[in-house]
Amino acid sequence: MPSAPADHRTGQTAPAAPGDPVLEVRDLSVAYLMDRGAVAAVDRVSFDLGRGEFLGIVGESGCGKSTLLFAIAQLLAPPATVTGGSVKFKGTSLVGLTERQLMAVRWRDLSVVMQSAMNALNPVTSIGKQFADAMQAHGVTSKKEIAARSAEVLRMVSIDPVHLKSYPHQLSGGMRQRSMIAMALLFTPDLVIMDEPTSALDVVAQRALMTQIKELQRELGFAVVFVTHDMSLVSHFSERLLVMYAGQAAEWGATRQVFNHPRHPYSIGLLDAFPSITGEKVPLTGIPGQPPDLSRAQPGCWFAPRCPQVMDRCASTPPELYPVDRTLVRCLRYDGTPPDPAVTAGAAQDSAGATRGTEQR
Amino acid sequence: MTTAPANGAAPAPAGDAAEPLLRTEGLTRHFRIGGALSRRGLHAVDDVSLSIGRREIVALAGESGSGKSTIARLLAKIYRPTSGEIYFAGRPLSTLRSRRDLLSYHSDVPMVFQDPFSSINPVFRSSHGLLRTLALHRPDLSADQRMDEALRSLEAVGLTPAADVIQRYPHELSGGQRQRLGFAQALAVRPKLILADEPVSMLDVSIRIGLLNVMARLRDTEGVSILYITHDIASARYVADRLIVLYAGQIAETGPVEEVLAHPRHPYTQLLLSAVPDPRRPLSAAGETDQGEPPRVIDPGPGCRFRWRCPLAIAVCHTETPQLTDLEPDHAAACHVAAAGDHAKAFG
Repeated sequence: MPSAPADHRTGQTAPAAPGDPVLEVRDLSVAYLMDRGAVAAVDRVSFDLGRGEFLGIVGESGCGKSTLLFAIAQLLAPPATVTGGSVKFKGTSLVGLTERQLMAVRWRDLSVVMQSAMNALNPVTSIGKQFADAMQAHGVTSKKEIAARSAEVLRMVSIDPVHLKSYPHQLSGGMRQRSMIAMALLFTPDLVIMDEPTSALDVVAQRALMTQIKELQRELGFAVVFVTHDMSLVSHFSERLLVMYAGQAAEWGATRQVFNHPRHPYSIGLLDAFPSITGEKVPLTGIPGQPPDLSRAQPGCWFAPRCPQVMDRCASTPPELYPVDRTLVRCLRYDGTPPDPAVTAGAAQDSAGATRGTEQR
Repeated sequence: MTTAPANGAAPAPAGDAAEPLLRTEGLTRHFRIGGALSRRGLHAVDDVSLSIGRREIVALAGESGSGKSTIARLLAKIYRPTSGEIYFAGRPLSTLRSRRDLLSYHSDVPMVFQDPFSSINPVFRSSHGLLRTLALHRPDLSADQRMDEALRSLEAVGLTPAADVIQRYPHELSGGQRQRLGFAQALAVRPKLILADEPVSMLDVSIRIGLLNVMARLRDTEGVSILYITHDIASARYVADRLIVLYAGQIAETGPVEEVLAHPRHPYTQLLLSAVPDPRRPLSAAGETDQGEPPRVIDPGPGCRFRWRCPLAIAVCHTETPQLTDLEPDHAAACHVAAAGDHAKAFG
């Protein structure tokens, strides 16, 4: 692990979110403590999230995106442990709060929507009963109030309140996922954390759900952290984008900027991995190789073995996050050192090609 | 063996010229649901007539519950059709009775499954599945020839060095490599048609394209046809020659993939296309009212099954099931409104 000053720097150069941040994540690190040693699943991730902002976190399986999300919500279970950094929610640190203190915050100020609504909902009680449980846990006891609010949030997600009497298996996949979101909104939280809520849905239902989340967010003003492996999904819905690779932030900036001018070779590769349904049909290559095994330490850049723009020093020098045009990029190409001239020629060509490719889209 | 795109033109072989490799006629599969006395039926697949040509990738697309996988299982003879018939190279499948006929059909039409983590036996090396398949389906080969054949199919799907990969256990392979192994197993028996049920949906985005390229290569160099079942229209466009859009167990629209995507005629196809997330396309905010309710396929009466969601529905849609009709040569849709020559757009 690199030294503290470097950590500090990455933390401070993160582009500040406008206004009063709801969530401040600083140098958050999570490790899985295994018999054969610690595996760093999340490595010094920092970001701010302003009120009502929508942050998309994208990456492939095993890149640490779900672990990061669990660490933010303080839902990690052994062997995963927060090994460093802080998570501040509305100015209070969440790391180190007791279970009782966390319970007061959960659902009321911060709620989590899990990937599989079928597993997150209790199959043997009705939707209404589960809503009531959450409200009673936070001291709402009036039956009338519970019924009224439950019906209200279900209507918000376009589900007829008669379904309060329904059991999860009686709802379609899309309705289950929407009722999870309704439940997350019972107390009008400031932050809703979503872990691939649409991955079990087909495109039409997925699109409908995304539009609905966005509308609710605009109306109610909560901030969203949205984790997905599907970069194209958040392209139209998030304001900020965090691309993760091997537990680290690979690229971090405004969504539009990252999509229009991806800098990190991994972001470029990810964007090029999606066939389009419009325009000319071009042969794509995806990203060669496979995601790294995080238990095998890597002296340089984690992406180097798969990187089409790899340089000699990538294998030995771990890149930090470098500011490029209001985004942060973890790639040695942007560290400001004048590279070896022979390499530059090839690199210039490479990046020119990459930019052209982007602009064509 | 040409490298020219096979789009649209289904290359007919010299022999039985008019006969496609596989053809179904009114293929139907109902499941009885509820208790033993229940008469309610789930119409998983209803009256589907499709054809797959030689050296052709046909994409079968639709939302979950539309009957995609049921069709694959019917073609693989895992399910028996409730009615209708499947013809393989002109021969009806219901006439395959002997073990030899069935074995030969299964080696002509193998299947690749969705989940590369559960479809490969974890306790054996990769060689196990490959060599066993070969021993079963090609008993004429010697042990050495079987090994050669196994290595050849590993190389054909890009698992190199094959001699190394064949010694590995599944847990030593990544998801993408395992799914390639699935294709290698299917390929080892020299198939004519591979049924691939969502072969890339469980893989990481950066690896999917590699596998789609493998499928295209198998078509171009090995001459295999592939039925590519997917819910991802963009990947269907990338790899397939023809597209069949399924809705609620019936074919909504079919035709050459570029033609269907450029001029979708069925409102459901239009809805599907408008919902595909595409970062390269500006977001259209209008017309986002569809809540994506699943199709009603429990004892459906006559009438179009999409009518509840369709903004263009007219009176006849409620009373008469639309038939799949050719609107252009080779481009057909099952829609009363489109059949009337109306080019109105419902979505997108």
